[in-house]
Amino acid sequence: MRLTCTVNGTEQHVDDVWEGESLLYVLRERMGLPGSKNACEQGECGSCTVYLDGLPVCACLVAAGQAEGRQVGTVEGLADPEALHPVQQAFLDAGAVQCGFCTPGLLVATHDLITRHGRPSDAETREALAGNLCRCTGYEKILDAVRLAADRMAEPTAGGDR
Amino acid sequence: MDFLQPVTWAEALEAKAAHPDAVPIAGGTDVMVGLNFGHLRPALLLDLTRVADLRDWAVTDGAVRLGAGVSYARVISELGDRLPGLAMASRTIGSPQIRNRGTVAGNLATASPAGDAHPALLAAGAEVEVASVRGTRRIPIDDFYTGVKRNAMDGDELITAVHVVPPSGPQQYSKIGTRNAMVISVAAFGLALHPDRRAVGTGIGSAAPTPRRAPAAEEFLAGELDSSGLWESRAELPEATIARFGELVAAAAAPIDDVRGSARYRVHALSVMARRALTWAWADHRSATQEA
Repeated sequence: MRLTCTVNGTEQHVDDVWEGESLLYVLRERMGLPGSKNACEQGECGSCTVYLDGLPVCACLVAAGQAEGRQVGTVEGLADPEALHPVQQAFLDAGAVQCGFCTPGLLVATHDLITRHGRPSDAETREALAGNLCRCTGYEKILDAVRLAADRMAEPTAGGDR
Repeated sequence: MDFLQPVTWAEALEAKAAHPDAVPIAGGTDVMVGLNFGHLRPALLLDLTRVADLRDWAVTDGAVRLGAGVSYARVISELGDRLPGLAMASRTIGSPQIRNRGTVAGNLATASPAGDAHPALLAAGAEVEVASVRGTRRIPIDDFYTGVKRNAMDGDELITAVHVVPPSGPQQYSKIGTRNAMVISVAAFGLALHPDRRAVGTGIGSAAPTPRRAPAAEEFLAGELDSSGLWESRAELPEATIARFGELVAAAAAPIDDVRGSARYRVHALSVMARRALTWAWADHRSATQEA
């Protein structure tokens, strides 16, 4: 089947989509957007977190056809051409990235968290990121990165434009 | 595989009548796992996310009519006051990503004994509204679960909504797992005190082939509250009453040993969760009188 949806603000058309495949497969294998990672394929790990109509979801659990006509936002859409998004920069600066496989999902989930909460408490952060597994960092550096990103985004002069 | 995306409820029901083996998909949190792992290869996938009628909830005849497409995230953010037990259960489900997609109706359609919404629905005495081209019927929650991942729906039926009456008294929910997020429960327990009809509602999850109530525990507690005038006095509950309630809840379970836990552990955990839930709920009931 043919699928049309808007990804990171650009309308995308893909053909020959199998009816049973996931939005994650479409993004990675048909649209050339491999930022969203394919790990558990069962919604357990959060590596494939994307925005669907503004809500963070696991792309592996969205049937391709369910995205027809919808707005999809992936990790590739966070940065602008000149600079990383403050959330991305904070993950780099805080050392919150090791193997990097969980990072795209955590970036999208963190972006959503800070967009909604401004400066989340650690408890809110732990709850909001509970669906994103990282097997390298032990999460402490990720919490540092969230605090850093929230601080910078609250004061745009310190961390660049949002 | 075909993919059908009806826009109206009538179209959806016609499609299900024409293809009883079609697999409905909404949040996809169960169905997509089956597809991704090759366990599920339906001839037709029936996407219900475009049906506007399913998307909302409303209060009708004193009950919340929860449309089949309402996500757990919305149950939590919009119905925490009206349906506290179901909202508590919803908060324990998956992760934010899962709660943004998954639905109570999907929990019912899958009918896993481990589904987190079931104990809350059982304790509250919910009704499931199902429809087909033949018409609409309401299935009391007690009659809905018929076996492991089986329910009382016919092949041409789809879930329209769930009806839950907002409680007249406190509700509690408790669930055991290896961590807070992203767990299939080892055991779960839902409790509702109904002072208006001097009754007690319970629901047990992950500890029998289906979600089930603990009728003996309900009758025992309601009897004790009645005979001792506790509904009105709101005095402290005797320790022996709390302990006996826990024993009777545990006795209603029929669990198995599996990778998540042993049958013995589940029975023990249920007695503890039942005692705790009752203690919390009774404290709520007592403090409600001080506010009144």
